[in-house]
Amino acid sequence: MQIEIKNGRVIDPKNGVDRSISLFVVDGKVAGLGEAPTGFVAEKTIDAAGCVVCPGLIDLGARLNSIEAELAAAVAGGVTSVVVPPDADPPLDEPELADRLVHRGTEIGKARILPLGALTLGLKGERLAELVGLKKAGCVAFSQANAPMVDTEALLRAMEYATTFGFAVWLQPQDYWLSRNGIAHEGEVASRLGLAGIPVAAETIAIATIVQLVRDTGCRVHLTRLSSAPGVALVKAARDEGLPVSCDVGVHHLLLTENDIGFFNPHARFCPPLRAQNDRLALSTAAASGLAAICSDHTPVAADDKLLPFGEAKAGATGLEVLLPLTLKWAESLKLSLPEALARITSAPADVLGLSSGQLAVDAAADICIFDPEATWQLTPEALKSRGKNSPWTGYMMIGKVKTTLVGGRVVYQA
Amino acid sequence: MSPLPHLNTDSLPDAEAQCRQLADLIRPHLHHQPALVGIFSGGAWIAERLKELLDLPEDIGLIDVSFYRDDFAEKGLHPQVKPTVIPFDVEDRHIILVDDVLYTGRTTRAAINELFDYGRPASIELAVLADRAGRELPVAPTYCVWDVALRDGDSLVLAKQDDGQLAWRLENA
Amino acid sequence: MHNPQLNKDGELTHLLSIEGLPQRILTQILDTAESFMEVSARDVKKVPLLRGKSVFNLFFENSTRTRTTFEIAAKRLSADVINLDINKSSASKGETLLDTIDNLVAMHANLFVVRHASSGAPYLIAEHLQRIGRDDVHVVNAGDGRHAHPTQGLLDMYTIRHYKKDFTQLRVAIVGDILHSRVARSDIHALTTLGVPEVRAIGPETLLPKHLDKLGVHVFHDMNEGLKDVDVIIMLRLQNERMNGALLPSAGEYFRHYGLTPQKLALARPDAIVMHPGPMNRGVEIHSAVADGSQAVILPQVTFGIAVRMAVMSIVAGN
Repeated sequence: MQIEIKNGRVIDPKNGVDRSISLFVVDGKVAGLGEAPTGFVAEKTIDAAGCVVCPGLIDLGARLNSIEAELAAAVAGGVTSVVVPPDADPPLDEPELADRLVHRGTEIGKARILPLGALTLGLKGERLAELVGLKKAGCVAFSQANAPMVDTEALLRAMEYATTFGFAVWLQPQDYWLSRNGIAHEGEVASRLGLAGIPVAAETIAIATIVQLVRDTGCRVHLTRLSSAPGVALVKAARDEGLPVSCDVGVHHLLLTENDIGFFNPHARFCPPLRAQNDRLALSTAAASGLAAICSDHTPVAADDKLLPFGEAKAGATGLEVLLPLTLKWAESLKLSLPEALARITSAPADVLGLSSGQLAVDAAADICIFDPEATWQLTPEALKSRGKNSPWTGYMMIGKVKTTLVGGRVVYQA
Repeated sequence: MSPLPHLNTDSLPDAEAQCRQLADLIRPHLHHQPALVGIFSGGAWIAERLKELLDLPEDIGLIDVSFYRDDFAEKGLHPQVKPTVIPFDVEDRHIILVDDVLYTGRTTRAAINELFDYGRPASIELAVLADRAGRELPVAPTYCVWDVALRDGDSLVLAKQDDGQLAWRLENA
Repeated sequence: MHNPQLNKDGELTHLLSIEGLPQRILTQILDTAESFMEVSARDVKKVPLLRGKSVFNLFFENSTRTRTTFEIAAKRLSADVINLDINKSSASKGETLLDTIDNLVAMHANLFVVRHASSGAPYLIAEHLQRIGRDDVHVVNAGDGRHAHPTQGLLDMYTIRHYKKDFTQLRVAIVGDILHSRVARSDIHALTTLGVPEVRAIGPETLLPKHLDKLGVHVFHDMNEGLKDVDVIIMLRLQNERMNGALLPSAGEYFRHYGLTPQKLALARPDAIVMHPGPMNRGVEIHSAVADGSQAVILPQVTFGIAVRMAVMSIVAGN
């Protein structure tokens, strides 16, 4: 299929493109920018007037409880590749399960599924899963999701094993002992509201441990969902030292703090918890400077599991359809340019994954997001395609709406 | 009954003088050694006056009817509730209930109910300075010095001035 | 942020926490409680205020003593009282908290007295009632997790006012496991709202929440220092069941450093009063000689508690 996307503002952060030109797609790949490739005849024309044309978003963390609905939600949010944590039920610790998941994604034909395999069997943190087999079945890296590894020796061995094959390990830095009873950031709000706290030390101790093991093993590690200023500082120091460490931050943590708990709002319960204002500012600076990529940490939670007292409510919020508008909102507050903002959710995640996607160069897969940066829409349960309607932003107006999404040159979403 | 003249602020009677008149009405009927119980706040002030004027030895009772009113559902609890104090045994006593204005009769009903929770009195008489027509319950004063009619929306309020003297005020809702 | 405890006229319609309540509402509750003390001194200890109304005691956490005082208070207001120990009923079969509330509202409940192990549970209920348009159903928090126990805070204030009259001249010390104590948090908010100039917290680092100073409290780890010249000492129970971790080595060591003995009591002012929300652990946080001594007002606190709860229920039920 030969497609011309015209009249849009093409922004490709990785290649420094920001021009009002046409984009040409042939047989599922980007074939030209500005100039039509020789012999091009448009079979389909998409008018992107008033819109931005950028690489499809790459979300480094999204849970797909009901795969069809969530993949539809992804492309409705302009997300064309989704990294899925291994903590579904059952955990993704067998190659066959990974195979099935990837296969199902291909069948559905919307956003691409990039599964993370379980690092250990059952995510129990004891015995290694079959990493090579899982890689063959399509896993892009290995992770413990939110289940911290208590046994440091087991973690060391796992990282050594992963290094053998050049596999990356994704870890959420959260010390098991310091976080196991907590439900909120150990700070002013938790003290006042009587909520069991998770101190910042839970994150920094875990980062320090992991960084030391990286030094010893050379394992490539990606730290997921940072939450604190001291945590950011440790990651920066590790990178300055030249260690193969990267990190990301959930988009909600760039905009919200412990104060958003208000009168025990269960929609403000996240893992890791929303911390204090100075933590939020440090995360924001880290994302703006390129130290941290931004992801949605999409976690659909049924209403019954949210409408509970704060400590009993499941953590997490819906994210796939708000990743773009919330990233734009965050960027606006820092006066970042549109290309800088979009880099955090396209080229930066691609770099973390070591993939060549997240760009619009010639021959790249035609995963494209076309959105209107000025269009507003109200976040309501009906407006979301995801089964996860849980959000602290319910009722709020969002700025930035996806009009068309293409994956491999096929239109998979049209507003 | 012939229509009564309407009241205005200039023609308000002297409340202290009315207390003396009320005492004069009660004085011939003290053989049962009645106890005085004043309903907050106007009735309480008048009961104090009566105790002095009638030279009664006993401490007066003071009643707050907030917990016995029949309009809780519409109005909720009054923001300023005072404790009821009944310093004598109600059982078998003759009681004179004292209030400033008798209007619908509901306050009197509430006060009687409250007194009955303290014991079974031998009798209850009602002494008021003013009776404004508009009864909604079958209540009648035993002793009263002033029959008065008010315009719709007006109300008669007894106040204690800075010098301690009682005086009437006419208020419009 | 709109305070869910107040209706649109700024009147108290639920009692969820002392935090955020203006001083005039606390004073109104204390003043009204005085009248109910008088009712409780009569032979017929009943007034007809809540006649025909149903008060449901929803206790997700066991507490016979608190439940009993609420039951007595409600009955003295002539309400019908129904006790629900949720452990034994549908919630343990998986019914959600809000489904339980909906069922009881359908049974014409007018007021819920709720005790729950999770901080914030009564707010969830109050918000739900507002969402379903039932502003005629009221919630009184009988203790939620570590967050608040507002009726206890109020009866503690009533006690202090009864013995000390003027809040604005007092030094008050709260001693013990404040980290896990909803009573302490409610006391702190009430004391600061009522204008107590010096509120002290005394305990080991492990039992004090961080950021106490942000609530207007002076922290002491040395009890001898902390008790100097105080007018009121509020002793907290060392809560065995709430501690899950290595917070204290032993009850014995705790008593040596933080137990209130006659010697430590002598450091306070000679007319200082000793309070305790109960039940007491004699020999752990308080010496028997002090508990039974002339300065302890622990039993009067219980009597005041009934009057205060009557005041709270009558005020919210009417708004």
